Amino acid sequence: MFGVQERIDVPTRPVVVIRDAPGNRRDQSSLAVQKICTSGGYDTAAMTELLVAVAEQKDKAAFSQLFAHYAPRIKSYLMRQGANQALAEELSQEAMLTVWRKADRFDRSKAAAGTWIFAVARNLRIDALRKENRPNFDPNDPAFVPEPETAPDAAVSIGETQSRIRNVIATLPIEQVEVVRLFFYEDKPHGEAAQELGLPLGTVKS
Amino acid sequence: MTAHHHPSDDILLSYAAGSLDEPTSILIATHLALCPACREQVSKAESVGGELLNDVKPVAIQDGALDVVLARLDEGERGQINVPAPAAVPHDNDLNLPRPLTDYIDGSTKSLPWRWLGPSVHYAPIASHTKGPKVGLLRIAPGTRVPMHGHSGNELTMVLAGGYTDGTGNYTRGDVEAADDGLVHQPIADAGEECVCLVVTEGVLQPTGLIARLVQPFLRI
Repeated sequence: MFGVQERIDVPTRPVVVIRDAPGNRRDQSSLAVQKICTSGGYDTAAMTELLVAVAEQKDKAAFSQLFAHYAPRIKSYLMRQGANQALAEELSQEAMLTVWRKADRFDRSKAAAGTWIFAVARNLRIDALRKENRPNFDPNDPAFVPEPETAPDAAVSIGETQSRIRNVIATLPIEQVEVVRLFFYEDKPHGEAAQELGLPLGTVKS
Repeated sequence: MTAHHHPSDDILLSYAAGSLDEPTSILIATHLALCPACREQVSKAESVGGELLNDVKPVAIQDGALDVVLARLDEGERGQINVPAPAAVPHDNDLNLPRPLTDYIDGSTKSLPWRWLGPSVHYAPIASHTKGPKVGLLRIAPGTRVPMHGHSGNELTMVLAGGYTDGTGNYTRGDVEAADDGLVHQPIADAGEECVCLVVTEGVLQPTGLIARLVQPFLRI
């Protein structure tokens, strides 16, 4: 359904543009990733449609597509966080079951599907690998301070946010993106990842 | 009313990435309950995490795993009892403390094991089962001048009720102050109301600002 070529253009949806120059190492690795991944590209809007179909219609075909894309990545994430192959396999299946069961809590106006699924996997890892709780705020708590009203034209849509993030990823130096990736996916505390890669601070684009 | 003094981006980012220890996360999540601006930062950071998940090199899932999971979907539905999310433990919540902090306090703050720390200053540990830094509540009587003191390590303080003023500013509900070895201060509790703070001490992570600097282009979007 999502061919490699189709990831770019979805009419009426924010266009996800990957602006890597040819020959860029990151571009090559994305291509490799796409060859492995049976569901092809990673169209943010399409993934969100799939998750909404799971939430609203209990759509198993949509779930299967989310599984094909996210389960191998969640497994990879958990292995990078110290889980062995068997545990990572078990927990990535568990994470996808959680996606199915809690899909009704997904709010497309607040997050993209990938963001929400990342949060599910992250919380599962804290629970299962670190044996800790993850304290979180509760929007229904009487003490909770809600967002101030934003003018409708000032609000940035989730699709727009994700496409801006893609653009930042595409324009930053590859080493800098790599450090950010390590920070999220390999639990490297501050600076360690940068030191590991020998990233001189002067090259950091901010 | 929202907070004016916020935790560093480094700490917010670590919370978003899931690498922050539980005690510090209690303080951060409690601040987030009171601070829409920091929730926005965390939400952006999570969006970066979600986007980068697409670029994580996949590891093949076992053959047949999808079928196993698909079979369990129905199982789950049949076997699942619809349990509502647990409500907050009933509290004598006279301080209007937000969750998740209340989840770590059994009953009222009045029933905590308060210890005398000095004239008009009391401290009670909470969440003592957690690994990592120590976390507790500090009560300072209105108008109290806390003796001038330095810090032997990093410390995070967040005001829950009342307020205090030191050389760096005035702190009221929701405000967070980070102290390190270099900070020597003399907080003075604001007049009127007792000042109650959540404090995280010993082993608090030292924000280097590096990761925040690296992630800054994403936070500006």
